[in-house]
Amino acid sequence: MELLVASAIGILTAGGIYLMLRLRTFPVILGISLLTYAVNVFLFASGRLTVGAAPILRDDVSGYADPLPQALVLTAIVISFGMTAVVVMIGLGAFLGSEDDHVDDPKGPVDDLAGGGS
Amino acid sequence: MSLLFIVALPFFGALLPGLMNAAGRAACAGVTFTVSLAAFIGLLTNLPTVLAGEVVMARVDWMPALGLSFTLMLDGLGFFFALLILGIGLLIIAYARHYLSRDDHMGEFFTYLLLFQGAMVGVVLSDNILLLLVFWELTSLSSFLLIGYWKQLPEGRQGARMALIVTGSGGLAMIAGMLILGQIAGSYDLSVILQNRALVQADPLYLPALILILLGCFTKSAQFPFHFWLPHAMAAPTPVSAYLHSATMVKAGIYLMARMWPVLAGTPEWVVIVTTAGLVTMVLGAVIALFKHDLKALLAFSTVSHLGLITMLLGTGTAFGAMAAMFHILNHATFKAALFMSAGIIDHEAHTRDIRRLGGLRRLMPVTFGIATLAALSMAGIPLLNGFLSKEMMLDEAYQTTLYDLPWLVPALATFGSLFSAAYCFRLIGHVFLGPVRDDYPARPHDPNPGMWLPPALLVVLVVAIGVAPFLAEPFVKLVTASVLGGEAVVPQAHFKIWHGLVPALYMSVIAVAGGLLMLALFNPALRLWDAAPRPEAKVIFEAIVEAAARLSRALILPLHDGAFTRYAAIGTVAIVAAGFHAWTTGTLGPPTRSPQPAGPVTIAGWAMLVAAVGGLVLMHRNRLLALMLIGIVGLMVSIGFVFFSAPDLAMTQFTVEVVTIILLLLALNFLPNRTPVESTVLRRVRDAGVAVAGGLATFGLTYHYLLRDPVRTPISEFHLANSYEGGGGSNVVNVILVDFRGFDTYGEIIVLGIAALLIYALTETLLRGPVRARLLNREPDQPRAGDVHPMMMVVLTRVIMPVVLLVGFYIFWRGHNEPGGGFIAGLVVSIAVVMQYMASGFSWTSARLRYPYHGVIGSGVLTAGLTGIGSWFVGKPFLTSDFTYVRIPPFQKFELATALLFDLGVFLAVVGAVMLSLESFSRLARRAHMPESEYPMDIDPSRVILPPPEAGSVREGA
Repeated sequence: MELLVASAIGILTAGGIYLMLRLRTFPVILGISLLTYAVNVFLFASGRLTVGAAPILRDDVSGYADPLPQALVLTAIVISFGMTAVVVMIGLGAFLGSEDDHVDDPKGPVDDLAGGGS
Repeated sequence: MSLLFIVALPFFGALLPGLMNAAGRAACAGVTFTVSLAAFIGLLTNLPTVLAGEVVMARVDWMPALGLSFTLMLDGLGFFFALLILGIGLLIIAYARHYLSRDDHMGEFFTYLLLFQGAMVGVVLSDNILLLLVFWELTSLSSFLLIGYWKQLPEGRQGARMALIVTGSGGLAMIAGMLILGQIAGSYDLSVILQNRALVQADPLYLPALILILLGCFTKSAQFPFHFWLPHAMAAPTPVSAYLHSATMVKAGIYLMARMWPVLAGTPEWVVIVTTAGLVTMVLGAVIALFKHDLKALLAFSTVSHLGLITMLLGTGTAFGAMAAMFHILNHATFKAALFMSAGIIDHEAHTRDIRRLGGLRRLMPVTFGIATLAALSMAGIPLLNGFLSKEMMLDEAYQTTLYDLPWLVPALATFGSLFSAAYCFRLIGHVFLGPVRDDYPARPHDPNPGMWLPPALLVVLVVAIGVAPFLAEPFVKLVTASVLGGEAVVPQAHFKIWHGLVPALYMSVIAVAGGLLMLALFNPALRLWDAAPRPEAKVIFEAIVEAAARLSRALILPLHDGAFTRYAAIGTVAIVAAGFHAWTTGTLGPPTRSPQPAGPVTIAGWAMLVAAVGGLVLMHRNRLLALMLIGIVGLMVSIGFVFFSAPDLAMTQFTVEVVTIILLLLALNFLPNRTPVESTVLRRVRDAGVAVAGGLATFGLTYHYLLRDPVRTPISEFHLANSYEGGGGSNVVNVILVDFRGFDTYGEIIVLGIAALLIYALTETLLRGPVRARLLNREPDQPRAGDVHPMMMVVLTRVIMPVVLLVGFYIFWRGHNEPGGGFIAGLVVSIAVVMQYMASGFSWTSARLRYPYHGVIGSGVLTAGLTGIGSWFVGKPFLTSDFTYVRIPPFQKFELATALLFDLGVFLAVVGAVMLSLESFSRLARRAHMPESEYPMDIDPSRVILPPPEAGSVREGA
């Protein structure tokens, strides 16, 4: 089981990184989403894997799943939605403004240092 | 008055002039003057204690773990400088009120001035050297603002920048030096450091610390080779020049050398570095000053020269030198501030500061003439004026000092410098005031109103009083000297006298004055010689250095930062993996402590689906709609994984978030191209795959190894499990952590979520107002539109489902404290219910029925959560302490009421508002002008009688 979870995280990460290195905004956003899954599952797994024991207190149960990573990951999932939405909006705005959805700036950086003399 | 108040007053007072600006110039200056006066009086209330030889202390702990506390100390030296800063500050404020013209923003000026005053008082009263550094940097910043006060003048801006670069870099060096010093002494408190002379001077790091601290002092006090910024800073308004660049800020470096005298002075290194720098500065400044035609430039270089003189006196390392230095600081502050103010008066009245265009002002401005002449004669070292006394002491000390084993060197150079010093003083009097009255002044000069000449006149009274009766100043100067020496040396017995007999210093003085007169007589030939002589221009050198630094950083940054996001991402990934690999190969790995759990066929099937979805996504990502479906499958499998591994809350959250994320991406895809074209080369794709596989293997290895090992320490989860029911009143530990144990985190998170949603809204608004709007309105969809945009089946279905979904949301919310659920999940569920209405019946129909704007929903959520947290203050508990009780309302069963529920309500509202505002913003982009907005929930409604419309086809646009 541990092997499955660890390899799943590894595969999610690899897929995420590969897509993140693409040249257009949409696959990059998908890649970041995949990485988000990987990170969330990774954090969740830091409570170690527990099958069939939820962190809901019961009188007749002694073993529970680790609640802390779950709480952390819960907010992380919701926040990551907000962040994905912002990134998508920025990508969309850039595309609508320039009809171009490349992530790399073909012109290179603006040389702000050139005007230092005056 | 407490020292804390004295330091805080100017800072808080700095708020007032800006507010009072509208009330008029007099009110603005008046309030500034009052603030300064209050601090001045506050300082004077401490005078009896200081005179008694005691040290006043004030202390507030700030960051005790860092050794940084807000400790202030007032002894003789601190008092002396604070007196100069606040006293001359008062005169400057009165003077500036008349100096600034109606076009100048007075509130801004006085705000900067008070900020500077506060920072300066802070420097001289700090006991903690880290605190001193903070104030030190503040003086650099506020002086930058003051020098560049006339933003329209390029000289002002350049001068301000140069001053900031030079003093700022010096300040950086000094931070390093102070940190070393603090490490050596084991404390950052001056009072401790000053006791540890032997320890500090024996340390091998003494020399680096000394050089670094001196760099800070020399840049601030314009010592050679950093003297060049001061004349350029003279582009500032004259009150600033008089205040910062003669009386106070440039003395900060001197103050620090005096302050550190007991620990740093006396070593051969100190003597060589400080005396040499001072001597060179003194001679160089005096010579350049003589040949400057701008009155303020002349005074600026003369200030450089006098600062050099004081530095040299401190450098000799003797008690007598320190005393002479202190005395000269007092005298210089009086006559030089008076001279600067006189220069300002001349500039103000004659509209020029060029000495070549002046002359004969004696008859036209008799009052100014009197003030300036007395001050200048004092500077030249003429008896019966205070400058004479300290100059005699300086010459005496120079006579006793041997540098580089050449006994004649220091006396000869000191006399040479004094000669030029006397010459420029005589030139100032002779070429500006004496001579015939001219008829070509830019403006008709006359004496200004008393508001402008009274402040310098007051200073000149001091000049004469001390000059005639030196015994008046003697006890005070000796008190200050005692605190400089700090018990490392005895205050000299010598009395301040006008006549010492026929001592060498007198001969040197006579040579200087006579030579000065001779120099003035030979001024024109000397000027021709000076103009013909080649000499390096400091400003050109400085700018070349700045340009070289800029070129270097450009060469370093631009190749790395070339605008390619993919490149940064690849570099970042490789760097992280490499760091992890290094840790892996160098660290030790403990044996596995957990045995692997068996995996059933269902688990393997789930894993296979996830892997297949990811693989498919990577292979087929160019078809964007397909990619979206595949990533939906990935999200779904992750949710199922959460269920399987005992995290029902996570599963519900992931599932609902997945729904809204997919809707969001679909909305975005509506505008984006449907396919990603093939652009990268095979080689590049292989490279990316290599990076990706490395990253994936690294996370796999890391996860696999820690899943098989127990935590190194017992996790704090045990505490949460044990206290959730007793302390938080809930049996769903995850929810109790969110709303109770870590409620503050959650509070921050809903705020972040709200900000993200507002950001999306703001970006949409910006897009819709810009040129994108026209493009959006004229956009032709690349896919055929459906015949019925708002199909009846979907409308009916979502209407029926809506109450059910709301009920589910309510149920999930309500039970969240004890069963899986809570505000986050309920918020997402309710959002989905609302989104369904948008999807079914269209944007305009839904928003027309929207009663509360989503911004308000976010705000009310954050407010509810915040007020719940604040509520606990009223019962004397910290923020967000929760309480709960059990109630029973017949006919229901007993149930629990917790304040955490109110907090969860805030979370719920914030989530609903944020999700809806984001999605709504996206869909706003899709509205088009030529699409008539339907006022009906669906396109075809059997119950509606449709009259044949004039443009029946318009709804089917694009079909």
